[in-house]
Amino acid sequence: MTADQLYRTVRLIRRFEERAIGFVRSGEIVGGIHPYVGQEAIAAGVCAALRPDDVITSTHRGHGHVLAKGADPARMLAELMGRESGLNKGRGGSMHAADFGLGVLGANAIVGAAGSIATGAAWAYRRQGRDVVAASFFGDGAMNEGMLLEAFNLAALWQVPVVFVCENNGYATTMPVQSAVAGSITGRARAFGMPAFTVDGQDPEKVLAATSAAVARARSGRGPTFLECTTYRFDAHHTFEHRTRLNYRSTEELSTGRSRDPVEIQGARLAAELRAAVDAEIEALLDAAAGFALGSAHPDPAAALEFLYASPEVQR
Amino acid sequence: MPKLSYLKALNRALGDELAADESVFVLGEDVRVAASNLTAGLADRFGPERVLDTPLSEQAFTNFATGAALAGLRPVIEFQIPSLLFLVFEQIANQAHKFSLMTGGQCTVPVTYVVPGSGSRTGWAGQHSDHPYSLFAHVGVKTVVPATPADAYGLLLSAIRENDPVVVFAPAGALGIRDDVDFEQLGPVPLGVGRVARDGSDVTVVALGHLLQDALAAADELAGEGISIEVFDPRTVYPLDVDGLAASVARTRRLVVIDDSNRTSGFAAEVLAVAAERFDLVAPPRRVTRPDGAVLPFALALDRAVQPGRDQLLATIRAVLKGER
Repeated sequence: MTADQLYRTVRLIRRFEERAIGFVRSGEIVGGIHPYVGQEAIAAGVCAALRPDDVITSTHRGHGHVLAKGADPARMLAELMGRESGLNKGRGGSMHAADFGLGVLGANAIVGAAGSIATGAAWAYRRQGRDVVAASFFGDGAMNEGMLLEAFNLAALWQVPVVFVCENNGYATTMPVQSAVAGSITGRARAFGMPAFTVDGQDPEKVLAATSAAVARARSGRGPTFLECTTYRFDAHHTFEHRTRLNYRSTEELSTGRSRDPVEIQGARLAAELRAAVDAEIEALLDAAAGFALGSAHPDPAAALEFLYASPEVQR
Repeated sequence: MPKLSYLKALNRALGDELAADESVFVLGEDVRVAASNLTAGLADRFGPERVLDTPLSEQAFTNFATGAALAGLRPVIEFQIPSLLFLVFEQIANQAHKFSLMTGGQCTVPVTYVVPGSGSRTGWAGQHSDHPYSLFAHVGVKTVVPATPADAYGLLLSAIRENDPVVVFAPAGALGIRDDVDFEQLGPVPLGVGRVARDGSDVTVVALGHLLQDALAAADELAGEGISIEVFDPRTVYPLDVDGLAASVARTRRLVVIDDSNRTSGFAAEVLAVAAERFDLVAPPRRVTRPDGAVLPFALALDRAVQPGRDQLLATIRAVLKGER
């Protein structure tokens, strides 16, 4: 993985998110989104360490993970706009984006839920004789969900090839991590007998290096690793914050947090000309994506319950 | 013909599917030693990766099964206690059930959840005696409640082969039922197809699971009085065999439902609503259920007092024949 490939991913996620926020404001995206702005290095670094046939589970703040695993930005944007051409045919939207062909087993809107799903998938692939690794993303808030702690236990007990990626952005919605987590995040993971490391989640290369080691360990049959990636959410928990004007972070804190920008950190590793070329390529890609999404058809209301069952049932 | 017990039928279905399909595996608490007997003999036959003993981590292992299903396996989870389903309702109703639609049909989640010993087992009190099939029907999770050993075998087989999540409730009161069964005739029973367990012309009694025995006994008793009861066993709570039910009620034009779950928003309420919408009845339909919001008390007399029973059923059938509300 070269510096420009990592840069391309963080820049793509950043610009995708900025455009998506714009489409929320203009009403093209209804319901709002949970922006990933500021946390891009984690998705980019983790997914760069994975093979195409490895799988991920994602969160309600999942656009970055799905894009980093290779999803088509045009179909992703169409999904956010609820279009038939979207990744999930407009049935999932922002919090449920999935691309099974790329190993994206779905963004999940219930905090902490997907850790156990990733563990089950990774266990199943191993049982089928495949050396697939699962990476499961979740936030610091999920560290207080019992279901996730249960999943750590199962994964460590059974040496399941999974990498747990905790994106510690300092807040569970508005609750500061120091008000929510007793003890330490990595301490909790170590208690289950798995190695746990704190990684600079603003630097894509550091995330890539840590994840590569964890993936190699998982693939060689030595079980799960836990990575706490420290990061900062530059934008709102959800775009509704622009209306509610929640006040839980000081101007000073925001300024300090935003000063370590993963796009700038990785961008500084590229020659200016190359960086400008990547930026231009991404703008063109996202212009095309916006055109594709805006031009796509809305689903037919008569098909509202399509895909509910594997074998169609008559709905009353 | 040899006798087959209901519990042995479930065990046999599980063993047959494990043998027939490498992607099937069983997980749950104490499945290796088969504490409930559901998995008796299976760990020795199939090994620890096909019969996977789990720690007491219901929420995680229920989602673990969803993940395994997304990766191509067909998990069967055993829950030893029906009330555990309240604990994992999120993982079944909000995760497994929703994945297919939310992903636009990119995946299916073929997980089977089996509860051998649902409802009252006598003396297990408030947190071990629920029979929560109506909850799953309400959210649209496929839900079956077999009444006979042959149906226990056939419906579990179909549930495991189904590409959607299916909850199989095996009522405690049915586990010991033994029937003469021709093993050659055992086979899958389709989901969503009920059966007329006894022909009759005066009243259709809808009965699920162990209550089928009570309905058949009530029909025997009333036959002595010249009253002809048709007993309809829906077998599947969701999807409900509305057409089969309609055909039965078209013959009898009277309807009583006996349902071992709470009254408000319960299964019986659904059947009565279907009757109000679709059936041409000559008397108001009635239901025999647990009371609203019931919690099963411990003392035996109290436990029995809140469960629907044969005496209530007989009184209700007689009331319907008189046209009473």
